[in-house]
Amino acid sequence: MNINILAFGIAKDIINGSTLGMEIQEGMTVGDLKVKLISQFPDFEKLRSLAIAVNEEYQEDDFVLSEKDEIVIIPPVSGG
Amino acid sequence: MIDIQLKDTPIFPQDCIDFVADAGTGGSTVFIGTVRNETKGKKVLRLEFESYAPMAISEMRKIAEQASERWSCTKVSIHHRVGILAIGEIAVIIAVATPHRKAAFEACEFCIDTLKETVPIWKREFFEDGDVWVAAHP
Repeated sequence: MNINILAFGIAKDIINGSTLGMEIQEGMTVGDLKVKLISQFPDFEKLRSLAIAVNEEYQEDDFVLSEKDEIVIIPPVSGG
Repeated sequence: MIDIQLKDTPIFPQDCIDFVADAGTGGSTVFIGTVRNETKGKKVLRLEFESYAPMAISEMRKIAEQASERWSCTKVSIHHRVGILAIGEIAVIIAVATPHRKAAFEACEFCIDTLKETVPIWKREFFEDGDVWVAAHP
């Protein structure tokens, strides 16, 4: 299945764009996605943290992704 | 009662203060975060805040709800600005009203500390010789 990932902050610089299409297998988890992102874009490993939000909520590594989810790369936040 | 706003235009402390004003309140605290003119000795020209807006709003609401429960806040108002800000401009305002004074300080500190950890907003500092996404690297 195909997913479309949104990027913000430094994640946009790392993927060189604000969205990233990816073909993934059924049952892929947030943890699997992080591994795939780091292998494709090693700069993600240099960040202080790397989180994934699915449908506007932070999700742990065991969360399973679906095609219709809104998936967002959340690099270290720095609001306030 | 909770008031959360994410705006790309100036934000005003009095708006937050007016929201939390309540007859049942014994005290309120207000935190105002502004754009500083230097980072580690380097002159900052301006800042840009970017947000994942719907989640930024829902995460700020969660913080206000947690604070309300823990410190019995009567009202909480959080306004955050996004876009390009000049030195001295206000980036964030948090106003908290509680029945007693001590809780107002603690709840306000909790709100700003947690906001900096969880709310998907990113700050980019512009210097004379380039720019950097703040706190991205260890």
